[in-house]
Amino acid sequence: MEQGKTIAAVSTPLASGGIGVIRVSGEKAIETVSKIFVPSSGKTVCDMKGYTAAHGYVTEAGRKIDEAVLLVFRAPHSYTGEDVAEISCHGGVYVVGRVLRAILAAGAEPAAPGEFTKRAFLNGKLDLTEAEAVMSLISAQGEQGANAAMTALEGALSKKIRAAAQTLITDSAYLAAWVDYPDDEIEEISDEKLLTDYYSVLYELEALLKSYDAGRAVTQGVDTVIAGKPNVGKSTLMNLLSGFDRSIVTDIAGTTRDVVEDTVRLGNVVLHLADTAGIHSTGNEVEKIGVDFAVGRVERAMLVLAVFDLSRPFDKEDEEIIQLCKGKLCVAVANKDDMEADFDRTRLDCFENVVYISAKQGKGADELAAAVEKALGTNNVDTSAALLANERQRLCCEKAVACIREAIDALESGYTLDAVTVSTDAAVDELLALTGEKAGDAVISEIFSRFCVGK
Amino acid sequence: MKYFAQNVDIAVIGAGHAGIEAALAAARLGCNTVMFAINLDSLGNMPCNPSIGGTSKGHLVREIDALGGEMGIAADNNTLQTRMLNTGKGPAVHSLRAQIDRRKYCAYMKNVVENQKNLQLKQAEIVSIEKDENGLWHLLTRLEAEYTAKCVVLATGTFLGGRIFVGDVSYESGPDGMFPATLLAQSLKKLGVSLRRFKTGTPPRLNRNSIDFSVMEVQHGDEHKVPFSFGFEGKIENTENCYVTYTNERTKQIILDNLHRSPLYGGKIDGVGPRYCPSIEDKIVRFAEKERHQLFVEPCGGDTQEMYLQGLSSSLPEDVQLEFLHTIKGLENAQVMRTAYAIEYDCVDPLSLASTLEFRDFGGLFGAGQFNGSSGYEEAAAQGLVAGINAANKVLDREPLVLDRASSYIGTLIDDLVTKGCSDPYRMMTSRSEYRLLLRQDNADRRLTPIGRQIGLISDERWEKFNRKLELIKQETERVKQVVVHCSDELNTMLVSRETSPLNIGIRMVELLKRPQISYEDLKPFDPERPDLPFEVFEQVEISIKYEGYLKRQESQVAEMRRLEVKKLPEDIDYSTVTGLRLEAIEKLNKVRPENIGQASRISGVSPADISVLLIRLSN
Repeated sequence: MEQGKTIAAVSTPLASGGIGVIRVSGEKAIETVSKIFVPSSGKTVCDMKGYTAAHGYVTEAGRKIDEAVLLVFRAPHSYTGEDVAEISCHGGVYVVGRVLRAILAAGAEPAAPGEFTKRAFLNGKLDLTEAEAVMSLISAQGEQGANAAMTALEGALSKKIRAAAQTLITDSAYLAAWVDYPDDEIEEISDEKLLTDYYSVLYELEALLKSYDAGRAVTQGVDTVIAGKPNVGKSTLMNLLSGFDRSIVTDIAGTTRDVVEDTVRLGNVVLHLADTAGIHSTGNEVEKIGVDFAVGRVERAMLVLAVFDLSRPFDKEDEEIIQLCKGKLCVAVANKDDMEADFDRTRLDCFENVVYISAKQGKGADELAAAVEKALGTNNVDTSAALLANERQRLCCEKAVACIREAIDALESGYTLDAVTVSTDAAVDELLALTGEKAGDAVISEIFSRFCVGK
Repeated sequence: MKYFAQNVDIAVIGAGHAGIEAALAAARLGCNTVMFAINLDSLGNMPCNPSIGGTSKGHLVREIDALGGEMGIAADNNTLQTRMLNTGKGPAVHSLRAQIDRRKYCAYMKNVVENQKNLQLKQAEIVSIEKDENGLWHLLTRLEAEYTAKCVVLATGTFLGGRIFVGDVSYESGPDGMFPATLLAQSLKKLGVSLRRFKTGTPPRLNRNSIDFSVMEVQHGDEHKVPFSFGFEGKIENTENCYVTYTNERTKQIILDNLHRSPLYGGKIDGVGPRYCPSIEDKIVRFAEKERHQLFVEPCGGDTQEMYLQGLSSSLPEDVQLEFLHTIKGLENAQVMRTAYAIEYDCVDPLSLASTLEFRDFGGLFGAGQFNGSSGYEEAAAQGLVAGINAANKVLDREPLVLDRASSYIGTLIDDLVTKGCSDPYRMMTSRSEYRLLLRQDNADRRLTPIGRQIGLISDERWEKFNRKLELIKQETERVKQVVVHCSDELNTMLVSRETSPLNIGIRMVELLKRPQISYEDLKPFDPERPDLPFEVFEQVEISIKYEGYLKRQESQVAEMRRLEVKKLPEDIDYSTVTGLRLEAIEKLNKVRPENIGQASRISGVSPADISVLLIRLSN
């Protein structure tokens, strides 16, 4: 039995599919998931038997992130042979990403590419035929990998990471010589110089982390919901963005009852768009389902386009939309700019980004694109610059940042340099693991790196 | 005419620092052992610096001692001056170094060896080594005595194929004017052991009376003197000083003017020298911008006038040596008693050894010390101890001893040698250990004495002493966690003077101890209940509290490493038959023959994809 870290990864493709599955495997898989999953039955996750499912909610710091189904597998009866928990939540890059992050925050480590399969091997869960299939995959991908030129994105990232690692390595080497050759006249490297170097690496890496979400928006797309009370022109806006009729558009409020999905490019951002039924109070049962669904959708979206109708006065339902958008990344879209305005525009002052358009006349699309980019922070993203490409890289970077903070903290609080260098060495290990160069132990974590994450 | 002399369990060839530890360990474990030396007066000789320990080497000595080896206690009994290096740089890198009376050390060691049960000491040059069809080793001496042994430990140091160079003069020789072992090298080659050439060097020895110490800086020993050995009960005194002087522009010029007369730069030496201990001509060529190089004048003994000149190793001709020596401050009239020389010798590529230090292709044959490509007395002794223990384990049909990287510097040293190999003489360094916060010299006994006890090298007395110490550490740790330090003006004055924040209310002592600025000693006046504990006890309490977070982090790294270390690779695997491995990996793996996945992953040239192929192979 492979003992060790509990790992987690998204095991469905990162796209706006119907359902996203996050797989957690390891000794503490079920314990970890129990920290973030609350079954609606009121039972506890840790008591669940193997091969059972529970309906419930994924929470983060007490707040519901998503409604989901949890499947529990007990060792050795699972894919990896370890305890496994699988959370099926609503598809879409953003929600799935948030659920994964919550699990990582609860103590799981991100699975390295192919790590589930690796564990399955190590725990004897794969038979000869399967093992051979995996082998052929390794060699096939190896050849492909050898032929494939590194993309500009990867190249820029490795360069940046290597430079950061080199700064730390140079200082460490200096300190090592200073320690190992106390009789040689090696000057002591000053704390100020070390702090300057460590902080510069820290800032560099923090900037990378910060650009991660914006970078993801560019590379992976943004789950976006169009929300508004009935008949404000959500579907028209959707069609404006999509370029063709997708939603059923009529003048009767409440025509759109389903969430309609589409993927559009707006500026340099890809939006995974969902049109929702108008959010309003209704006695109609069928409509109510659609409305509840829309509310949930807004909660889970990364970006909300809140649509308001300038031709009608601001009302309670508009106020509900504003409440719903609180704390969300949001662009207020004031539609029907071409019509007579009864609308109190100051009501929209609470939004950071407001755009005035006329969806019907196709006016304001460029302004909307600019506002969206501004809201997402993608207006300054240089796609040829270094960007962290996936959750594994983000976590390596985050761990390196934590190690450097630890080193800085040790240095600033007066610890001896042996404690400092152990932390910076660990940071270097993380950075080299990020670029896949780490000799020694990280080589192991890079095992099966050519496999799809999560399997 | 050849005659049969004796059959033994274990034969050790060479009686230097590696040979001694190997022979003593084997004999102490109950094996009938013989140790051969070309000259018995050279037993435990220090042909280079008259000191034991130093950065990371001090760790090795303590580890040897903790496992039941002899070097530490022998050094403690013959110390001229002792210093703890790197104090102020953190407990992980504290290293003990002692100046040793080298003749007394030899005499002491010879006495220990002579009086060791199961151990014979024999002055003889081994000229041939063969293995018969029954797996028994046959050794032949120059005087044609034949010995048979189940296991043989090769600890030949610089004797094997030794050749000395001084300028354009060169001749076959062992160290310090001893005879070399030339025939043995040929016999080993005939056996199929592939040998290579390494070189090392030593500086001149000067007569103390001809040195002007008044113009040099004095280096005193420590006030607080600590022994290497956890079992040493005696007293250590600083009876001698060391001195510091420097080379200068004139020294440099003379060396540069005569470089063509150096055998190294003249191309006469093929052997690879240690990067970490270069000759003065090497230093001047490689660090041309440096105006001066530091030199240490160290005593060779209490009853001799010979002084060792650390930092001035050279293979330049004798006349050039004299010329540049006399440019150095304080050495203007120095009288050279022994001239500096370079020595080239035969050694093995350690990649042909297993972690037990047994040759993978020659069962029962072990290597230790410089023969394995290392440099340094301490590195040699560490390997000697492990080789001796494993030879005995083999004879006694016990499980071999393999120390992993997280257990010790000894384990790190051996793992580096047998998995990464070495392209120049290997020297231990603290930076070679990724787990250095855990592998401190102060806790070597806590890490290794239980292992030494299990092997059978720790006496009951020593074991009881160790357990008493553990108990005291435990009690004091618990007490410190309970006891509350009350707030007072005196306490706050002290805290503020250490640039740390004062208290408003009482606090558990453990919290104050966690502050890097506050030592256990600082809190003494505020801790009236404090028991009177020896330094080595409260030092453990203090370090484990102060560095708790960092230690825990290292422990989790160790746990990660050990997961891969337990995945054993079969010994007989022919990697060229494993489909999916890349060519380079096949070559490296067949050469290094790693024992487990962890080791395989540390071999350069073995990629993650290769490791995955190996994992699949293992899972089938």
